[in-house]
Amino acid sequence: MRIGALPNVTSQRTDNLRARTRGAKAVPSICCYCAVGCATLAHVDDGGKLLNVEGDPESPISGGHLCPKGAALFGLTVNTARWTTVKYRAPYAERWEERPLEWAMDRIAGLVKETRERTFVKERDGKRVNHTLGIASLGGATFGIEENYLLGKLMRSLGVVSIENQARI
Amino acid sequence: MPGLGTSFGRGGATTFVQDLKNSDCILIEGSNFAECHPVAFRFVMQAKERGAKIIHVDPRFTRTSALADTYVPIRSGTDIVFLGAIINWVLRNERYFKEYVQHYTNASSILTEEFRDTEDLEGLFSGFNESARSGGGGSAQSHEGASQSRGEAAPGGGYDTQSWQFEEEEVPRFDGTGTASVVRRDPSLQHERCVFQVLRRHFARYDAQMVQDVCGTPRALFEEVCEALASNSGRERTAAIAYAVGWTQHTVGVQYIRTAAILQLLLGNVGRPGGGIMALRGHANIQGATDIPTLYDLLPGYLPMPAIQRDEQDLASYLKSNAKPTGWWANLPKYMVSLLKAFYGDAATKENGYCFDYLPQLTGDHSMIPTQVAMKDGEVKGYFVIGQNPAASGLNAELGRAAMERLEWMVNLDSYETDTASFWRREGADPAKIPTECFFIPAATVLEKDGTLTNTNRLLQFHEKAVEPAGASRSDLSFIYQLGLRLKECYKTSTDPKDRPILDMTWAYAHEDERERSRGEPSALAVMQEINGYRVSSGEQVSGFTELQEDGSTACGGWIYSGVCPDKQTHRARNREADDYTSPDWGFSWPANRRMLYNRASADPAGKPWSEAKKYVWWDERGQEWTGYDVPDFPLTKAPDTPAKPGATGMDAHSGSDPFIMQLDGRGAIFVSSTLKDGPLPTHYEPLNSLVPNALYKQQHNPVMCEWKRRDNPYNGVANEDYPYILTTYRLTEHSGIMTKYVPWLAELQPALFAEIDPELAVARNLKNGDWVTIRTAVGEIEARALVSGRIQPLRLAKGRWVHQIGLPYNYAPLGLAHGDSSGDLVPLVMDPNVSIHEAKTLTCNIRAGRRNKRKRSHVDEDVPAAQRSQEGAPTAHGRDFPGPQR
Repeated sequence: MRIGALPNVTSQRTDNLRARTRGAKAVPSICCYCAVGCATLAHVDDGGKLLNVEGDPESPISGGHLCPKGAALFGLTVNTARWTTVKYRAPYAERWEERPLEWAMDRIAGLVKETRERTFVKERDGKRVNHTLGIASLGGATFGIEENYLLGKLMRSLGVVSIENQARI
Repeated sequence: MPGLGTSFGRGGATTFVQDLKNSDCILIEGSNFAECHPVAFRFVMQAKERGAKIIHVDPRFTRTSALADTYVPIRSGTDIVFLGAIINWVLRNERYFKEYVQHYTNASSILTEEFRDTEDLEGLFSGFNESARSGGGGSAQSHEGASQSRGEAAPGGGYDTQSWQFEEEEVPRFDGTGTASVVRRDPSLQHERCVFQVLRRHFARYDAQMVQDVCGTPRALFEEVCEALASNSGRERTAAIAYAVGWTQHTVGVQYIRTAAILQLLLGNVGRPGGGIMALRGHANIQGATDIPTLYDLLPGYLPMPAIQRDEQDLASYLKSNAKPTGWWANLPKYMVSLLKAFYGDAATKENGYCFDYLPQLTGDHSMIPTQVAMKDGEVKGYFVIGQNPAASGLNAELGRAAMERLEWMVNLDSYETDTASFWRREGADPAKIPTECFFIPAATVLEKDGTLTNTNRLLQFHEKAVEPAGASRSDLSFIYQLGLRLKECYKTSTDPKDRPILDMTWAYAHEDERERSRGEPSALAVMQEINGYRVSSGEQVSGFTELQEDGSTACGGWIYSGVCPDKQTHRARNREADDYTSPDWGFSWPANRRMLYNRASADPAGKPWSEAKKYVWWDERGQEWTGYDVPDFPLTKAPDTPAKPGATGMDAHSGSDPFIMQLDGRGAIFVSSTLKDGPLPTHYEPLNSLVPNALYKQQHNPVMCEWKRRDNPYNGVANEDYPYILTTYRLTEHSGIMTKYVPWLAELQPALFAEIDPELAVARNLKNGDWVTIRTAVGEIEARALVSGRIQPLRLAKGRWVHQIGLPYNYAPLGLAHGDSSGDLVPLVMDPNVSIHEAKTLTCNIRAGRRNKRKRSHVDEDVPAAQRSQEGAPTAHGRDFPGPQR
């Protein structure tokens, strides 16, 4: 960048600086916070490491702008406070402990089946109901359409009717 | 959603955010637009630069107010008085858009002689049945009522909507085979029982003085708003209204939106550029999670869940009770059969009613609050909580947390530790007494997975996986898919008919990429292709919902999204080609990529634009089709002069000038004749917890709201001197649930909970800026830092009475870098009767200087008496009466 008629004075260090995102792949994404739907670009290096997240200037909605939450999207994904292991808290236990994902998935499936068997109601007042009020599901507005669809399909096929999300809050 | 759905036909914003820039006047009410949807607010600013007048009506002066031309203070919970008075002003001063009202609304429809208005019955409509009251009963003022059994709410009375119907007359059938009944109309709008005249009478007492007395809004400001809206509506100009949860979270929430809808119909602002109602949704996929819902009463595409109350025991009776004879909903059978084919594949045949009986039946209100109460009473055993944190954001949050102690197991999916996941080690809890088995599954963030989100104006946008999920994290999709596979395995030897849905459920979503597949990952694309729909015989995608059939030859998981993946190579939510207006190649907007709904109304009845300035979609005489800047929301080749065919079904029953195609009569509904539970017209009722009696009617509250009169859910009551201040809650720019509270940058910007208190009240209660303050309702108490600020001002009501309002953010909870008490601990359980939404936007409270008491195991932790516990497996309804279909 030049200001004025003469070349600006720069140090060797400045001359050698390169943008972190230079040469990085820009992956199209969408902000996950509010429902405006600002488009973002996630810059990723060859090693699959996230370098930066910024607004996509092409978006007719956001035009590259982001609010403070969207501008901090990098910190949502790259954050030492994240819990990235499967955790289990046994009945009456005072702490979480780590468990393998496979073990947890098997255990959860077993509990679902056991609870469903115990609470499934086929008829009420002579009418078919085929449902269970013993299992409930909450959440949906913070994750994708595909996930909502599959969750709804699975829960309903199990007979779960108490399926809710933040739309009611 | 039903506010918009019943008025116009679809439960979604009528326009898109970019179009706000074309508005000549924008009324923002029930929303702090600039702070809660800051990036979309730039279109409001662009309108302002063009000369539009921006009005902000809110209890608090916020950044939105600062950027508006006019800030209008209001007492929270009184918006129906304010908007109703605008309606009255528009009618009295003959400022409505006459041609639009005559042709595009049901203003001319004539009601039967049986109808009685709230003016006749002290705040009730005809058909009110006190005896529908079950359980608790009594008035809301008494908050020491005995505990009720199970999760059942004490409903108010119920309405029989029979007297809200239109008068019909017999006319010759279109095909000459006898007669058909059609709604009687008076196009001159003079008949004393026509909707227009009923509306006049209904709002006659809502005037400037009433606004001053009830809302605390100065008369001059109110009149300025009326004049601004009226003078910026009509052929040449349009005005828009924007709202958010400031309007929905009330016991009359749906009726707030209805009032705005009526106003916009009178002013002729729906379906026109720069007009409409912009619903500003909160979470990234809140619209999507309603369209393809994880909501108890809806199947994808606003198809109602079957319910025993409507006796929908088989497919035929379901279709009979839900398909409409006229309008677009006559197509419902195609969508339902195609959905069942998408769910159950080859197992779904014509002979077995396409496996309709695989779907569970609703037996009551199974929404969040009744479920929370049922959980507290031991009825719910297992709980999945995915990307939501009810222990923090729930209502009567301590009741909710105590309810979790009664669970046998809970599964949480999130990226961070949540207050819900760790409820068993919250302040005051004793883990050694809590039997719940808990799982935490680490969830991928938006950057770590493929997926599609539907924004606030129905726009589907795809996000691509950028990086691998951290550690053991997986997408929610992966968890659900893997759980489904395991359950199929668990049941594979079963011969019990109740297990067939699990075994027959189609579940072929293996990822197209070899590496992902080998790790057991599902494909988001495959799921979206199923939502789009396909031909069963060939597996080819359908190109849109008009190709769906009732004979089982097509499968479609969500008809309103059909067209998003019209072939195997195309995913239109991935499109990223913008232009300077409607941007049809940026994402995909349901339905059929229409950006503005009801856009037929942007042309006059003859199909010509109302004006050159407000041209949008019009009839092309030469090409004999509708054309314009958007996909027409109308049958493409149906000429404007096409007459309605009396006695015909579906779209033929509408004329070429009926723009609201989802409606039975093709018109915008000023009067809603049957769908809403609390009345065909909006009526002001005071909030559950209010400082004042209702100045308009003897009826204090919404007569059909749902209450829980239990010891663990006490109410403040009306004009209770122990709770002398109004409390309203809101969101901050920097936070959104648990996700932001661990992000250091955001935690630094907004580190902790505060309460906005006006300077006068601060002096009276001996509070200085930055002091600790404890806020109390009958439900609970929390502490916050006092933010003494002139941005919130006392209001003067009737008889010179001054009231103070307190503002409280609803973002905090104990966990996270940014943390504080949860405002949900102050909010009692009470629900609007239509959508089961709670009332967090207006409460009453008391405050005192200093910190709150340490939490201890409170009465909500006591064992529930055995009599209240449901018997295991007993078929009990979670809630009260079942709400009608909501679209």
